[in-house]
Amino acid sequence: MSLDIAAPRRSASTGVFARTIGTYGQEFIILAAIVALFIVVGFIAPRFVSQTNLTSIFSGNAYIAVAAIGMSMVIISGHIDVSVGSLIGVLATIAGTLAVNGYPIWIAWCAPIVVGMVITSLIGALVAYVRIPSIVVTLGMLSILKGGLISLTGGAWITNLPPDFLIAQFRLFGVPSPVWFMLGLTIVAAMFMRYTAFGRSIYAIGGNPEAARVAGIRVERSTVAIFAIHGFFAGIAAILFATQLQVIQSTVPAGLELTVITASVVGGVSILGGTGTVVGSTLAAILFAAIGSSLIFLNVSAYWLRSVQGLLILATVLADMARRRGVK
Amino acid sequence: MTLRSFLRHEAVLGFLLIVVLFLLAQQSDKFFTTANILNQGRLMAEVGLIALPMTFVIITGGIDLSVGSILGLCAILLGVFWHNLGLPLPVAMVLAIVVGGIAGLINGLIITRFKVPPLIATLATLALYRGLAEGISQARSVRGYPDWFFVLGQGEVLGVPTQLWILVIFAIIAAAILGLTTFGRATYAVGANETAARFSGINVDRTKLLIYTGAGLISGLAAVIFVSRVSTTRSDMGTGVELDVITAVVLGGTSIFGGRGTIIGTVVGLILVQALKNGLALSGVKGDGTIVVIGLVLILAILATNLFSRNGDG
Repeated sequence: MSLDIAAPRRSASTGVFARTIGTYGQEFIILAAIVALFIVVGFIAPRFVSQTNLTSIFSGNAYIAVAAIGMSMVIISGHIDVSVGSLIGVLATIAGTLAVNGYPIWIAWCAPIVVGMVITSLIGALVAYVRIPSIVVTLGMLSILKGGLISLTGGAWITNLPPDFLIAQFRLFGVPSPVWFMLGLTIVAAMFMRYTAFGRSIYAIGGNPEAARVAGIRVERSTVAIFAIHGFFAGIAAILFATQLQVIQSTVPAGLELTVITASVVGGVSILGGTGTVVGSTLAAILFAAIGSSLIFLNVSAYWLRSVQGLLILATVLADMARRRGVK
Repeated sequence: MTLRSFLRHEAVLGFLLIVVLFLLAQQSDKFFTTANILNQGRLMAEVGLIALPMTFVIITGGIDLSVGSILGLCAILLGVFWHNLGLPLPVAMVLAIVVGGIAGLINGLIITRFKVPPLIATLATLALYRGLAEGISQARSVRGYPDWFFVLGQGEVLGVPTQLWILVIFAIIAAAILGLTTFGRATYAVGANETAARFSGINVDRTKLLIYTGAGLISGLAAVIFVSRVSTTRSDMGTGVELDVITAVVLGGTSIFGGRGTIIGTVVGLILVQALKNGLALSGVKGDGTIVVIGLVLILAILATNLFSRNGDG
């Protein structure tokens, strides 16, 4: 099913430029779409490209891009995690609760990362060793986390967060820290995926697990590690999400898992596993955030946003399938 | 699937059901009253109805995550057709169900024509259909349906809730189709080995197309019953229904990898889920606490079957 990975497509093109396009085609398309969107909407409603709005688009949605990095790795390895939205809600609540109860700030920052990695490692173990499909494990985990969070906290607001805790409101060279996190983590993850043996093994596992096994990759152990890395990014995303406002609502952001999955899939991560990059997923997260923001400036009801999301996923997936057929 | 493994799963499930019912009866004396049992039947009808085609879907090795969104979309359109377009209510009901069928057909076309994996195809339409429901309704709800309409969701026929009759009739039909017809055999064949099924002359795409369309139609019917039960339409109706449905089906012994499963199993799984929910509610656990249990049950059910099948026939 997923034998035809990106390799044949890439070898078909010759020149360096053509090869770059071949490898990063999806990224260029998304980048072009972002630029076009900013030009067109900025022309119609100049306030769309005001600094305030740009900050809210980039900084306010950086956590989605960060979460999409881990999600991309999971999907590239041939799995999925539909519980990521609930997980981020739980981790944000943990961070906020620790912070207001007087724990040292660094504990409030590290706890969500550690807890996130523990939970996703458990998911990974169930997927890899017990061979339960990831969709079932994470569907179950979604309701466990969501139900557990709401029944424990009642969806209460966490207020009086200590100012030192609010890392997402820090600025470096005038740029909000979430943007730095998004850029830094995307670059590190992209290098990791491309140049390390483990990074390459993620593609191998997603492309063909049996072949990966024969090639000496410990598929089970790597799968758990991939999920653990995904938990790491979910933890950072949760901190950025928790600290961007003065308050945290201890609930699950509606539809967040879909937004994260959309970013990964639209960013070129093939749903059949084996191909995709985290640069694409970050660009797609920005594109989706910009679309959401532009709806407001174009006076389109925000209630249509979810259908745009569905159409984006569908269009990308259909294009991907059509391209695969073309390659065959 | 050997007879022994079949008996083993059914036996485990039956035993589990008895234990759960016993424990819940201990917890509350309200549990084993006729009124409570009939009321539970009313509450599980929508999930139960959708679980029937979902059994077919999962037997073919697929999954349909969009059923909850189809339910929401059809509910909203029922209100729009009747209230905003002024159509007679019976026509609006039929149209809402037809839209459900079209939504299911679209799922089926994406899956069969474009070879998109069912998981991602229905994840995309989950967002799309829910988005359409939200966009069309703009968070407005439609109320004020005529009295006769509530017979479906709040009324009784011969002392039993109307929708429970509908569920029973549909369950019998579904069981007959799956167990007795060539279409049922084709469903198993597609799930067990799609390539082999294709080579043995089964029209795999048509089989899948019919099944996903059926899932959409039944989700539309469930939407009409839902609206009749709660007397209003809202765009968030049916959010998360897919979890309950898939839990019931998987708990009922249908393999998530395809190729095996029964309607009887699904019905037992459904009763088990509903009994758990009801029992927890009676012992004071709030709604959000029960979904934790449902999630746990889903994972544990597959954990158990996987461990069994590894020791057994595989």
